[in-house]
Amino acid sequence: MEWLQTVAVILDSAIRLSIPLLCAAMAGLWSERSGVVDIGLEGKMLVAAFASAAAAYATGSAWVGLGAGILASIVFALVHGFAAITWRGNQIVSGVAINMLAAGLTVVLGNAWFGQGGRTPPLEGAARFPDLTLPLATTLRDVPVLGYLYYEVVSGHAVLVYIAVLAVFVTAYVLRRTRFGLRLRAVGENPAAVDTAGISVARLRYGAVIICGALCGLGGTYLAVSQSAGFLPQMTAGKGFIALAAVIFANWRPWPTLGACLLFGLLDAIATRLQGVSLPGIGEVPVQAIQALPYVLTVILLAGFIGKAIPPKASGLPYVKER
Amino acid sequence: MSAAPIELPRWADIGLVPLVSVTAALLVAGLVVIGIGESPLEATALLLQGALGSVEGISFTLYYATNFIFTGLAVAVAFHAGLFNIGGEGQATVAGIFAALACLWLAPLPGVLLVPLAILAAAAGGALYAFIPGWLQATRGSHVVITTIMFNFIAANLIVYLLNYQMGKPGSMQPETPDFARHAVLTPMHVLLAPLGVRLPNTPLNSAFLLALAALVAVWALIYRSRLGYEIRTIGANPRAGAYAGISPARITMVAMAISGALAGGLAVNEVMGVQHRLTLDFTAGYGFVGIAVALMGRGHPLGIGLAAVLFGVLSQGGAELSFSKPTISRDMVMVIGGVIILFAGALEGLFRRLIATGLSLGRRG
Repeated sequence: MEWLQTVAVILDSAIRLSIPLLCAAMAGLWSERSGVVDIGLEGKMLVAAFASAAAAYATGSAWVGLGAGILASIVFALVHGFAAITWRGNQIVSGVAINMLAAGLTVVLGNAWFGQGGRTPPLEGAARFPDLTLPLATTLRDVPVLGYLYYEVVSGHAVLVYIAVLAVFVTAYVLRRTRFGLRLRAVGENPAAVDTAGISVARLRYGAVIICGALCGLGGTYLAVSQSAGFLPQMTAGKGFIALAAVIFANWRPWPTLGACLLFGLLDAIATRLQGVSLPGIGEVPVQAIQALPYVLTVILLAGFIGKAIPPKASGLPYVKER
Repeated sequence: MSAAPIELPRWADIGLVPLVSVTAALLVAGLVVIGIGESPLEATALLLQGALGSVEGISFTLYYATNFIFTGLAVAVAFHAGLFNIGGEGQATVAGIFAALACLWLAPLPGVLLVPLAILAAAAGGALYAFIPGWLQATRGSHVVITTIMFNFIAANLIVYLLNYQMGKPGSMQPETPDFARHAVLTPMHVLLAPLGVRLPNTPLNSAFLLALAALVAVWALIYRSRLGYEIRTIGANPRAGAYAGISPARITMVAMAISGALAGGLAVNEVMGVQHRLTLDFTAGYGFVGIAVALMGRGHPLGIGLAAVLFGVLSQGGAELSFSKPTISRDMVMVIGGVIILFAGALEGLFRRLIATGLSLGRRG
């Protein structure tokens, strides 16, 4: 049964590693399906990580941290929306600005407030989200394979993990089955048609951008208050961009995005596991090669060498009402 | 379908828009300083004193400005072709790897041959790493923005791998190459100017600064005085009109990206060959991203880029000195200011143009 234990450990850490990607990817999906390109996922997650850790430290409550993280991220999302929707600015430029602002501001404020080079003090007790044990997990633990995997892999995560997975269900349902979702997708494909129908393009896009901010806030909070015990400078370390890659990889659809995030999380878990391990016949696989894989795969996919990435038609284009 | 762009007189377009957005960005930084309980006036005084108050400070400022000139020019050349190259970090990383390989492998050559060859290697590395996204956009339709972002991370993993497993100093745990031979590096400015009777303190400022000045002139000549530059600007302004006039957008995309990457390689020349004298991790240190702010502030013109690069040099050097005497103000403030400038001068340009246009018309009436 030793192999099962290894599989359980790898799957468990794959889930933990894919959650920040999943939150940011869902965020990117909302924004991009409405036609607002967002390369600022990274920055928003970083801001949320910092705000949540600072608030959780100050109040001793992880839930207050979550609120602060989401709020901070939404503020940054609104800045992006203001530039991209109201002032029809270049959305890429705005995203770069968000990322730089976040990278600088978190360290400046963290250094000024806590004096630890930008880190927040370590979070303890109720300031972090505890791991939950799902119902029946302990009872089913001794059931071979399935019960064991349920106990080890599915159960035993912090509440934010389950919220993030729930977000995929909600995203898929709302985008696919509701009026709001239909309009939102339409505004990303053909805003003029939506406008002609008397629906405000700007309001729909702002709605998407706010949802995007909230989800990035969830991801950032998970990083700082659940996965780690506090904020570290630049702790998002490119996760926002891997999330962007996952969205492209999944052709801007919710369920495949979940799959892509789990795949990238699994790659990360395997990379950590393979550190310094020599595989039979291959030798030592450099960790960096596995870590670079999501980026390489995305470049290949975008270039159309395998499959074809088709973004929403109006993505990145500011909407100008005909006068 | 397009909104009428807000018309401004040329002097306002060139001078006032960047000036107002930079002033606004500095005001935001001032608010942050107030927010963390320090006096912005005192901070500004310390910053200016640190950056411009001594020959040593000015030398450091110009050393930082060298990096910003290269990365700013890199972004600007791509901008002129209507391309957004966010991959300066990755291109400089690959340029650094190429330069280090040249400096280490070609060490038997005399310095007069080795140094130019290593500089060319750096330019070639950056150019190659930017050419690939350009080629992919031109022939496969994948957007350079996403490709260059992904390439940044691929390069970051590549340099970690190379320094840990292939190029690292034998017997050392530090992820860095052995030191280059003494004839394989650029001349420090204080050594270069000593024969002329100019005494400078020992600072990282080196002959790469002169190379950066030459690059400013060369890019000006390329963009505004050459056939290729005209083609680049035409494709950037209107690819369809350019194609109708017989210019190939695909060719210009690839050429402009390659030139842009070669310029980003200048960052590696200054840092790796001029200062560190070995290849280290993270020598790009975000200069590639600040280059976007420099290019936007300089309105893509080499003269503006030179001025913007000096401003960011002042902020970097002054910020370092400031954080030294006031530990509560981290030197990452430069990133905050850079981010706000990109936001104001880039993404919110429309808002600032509207504000300036309103201000001008009020002034005319009043």
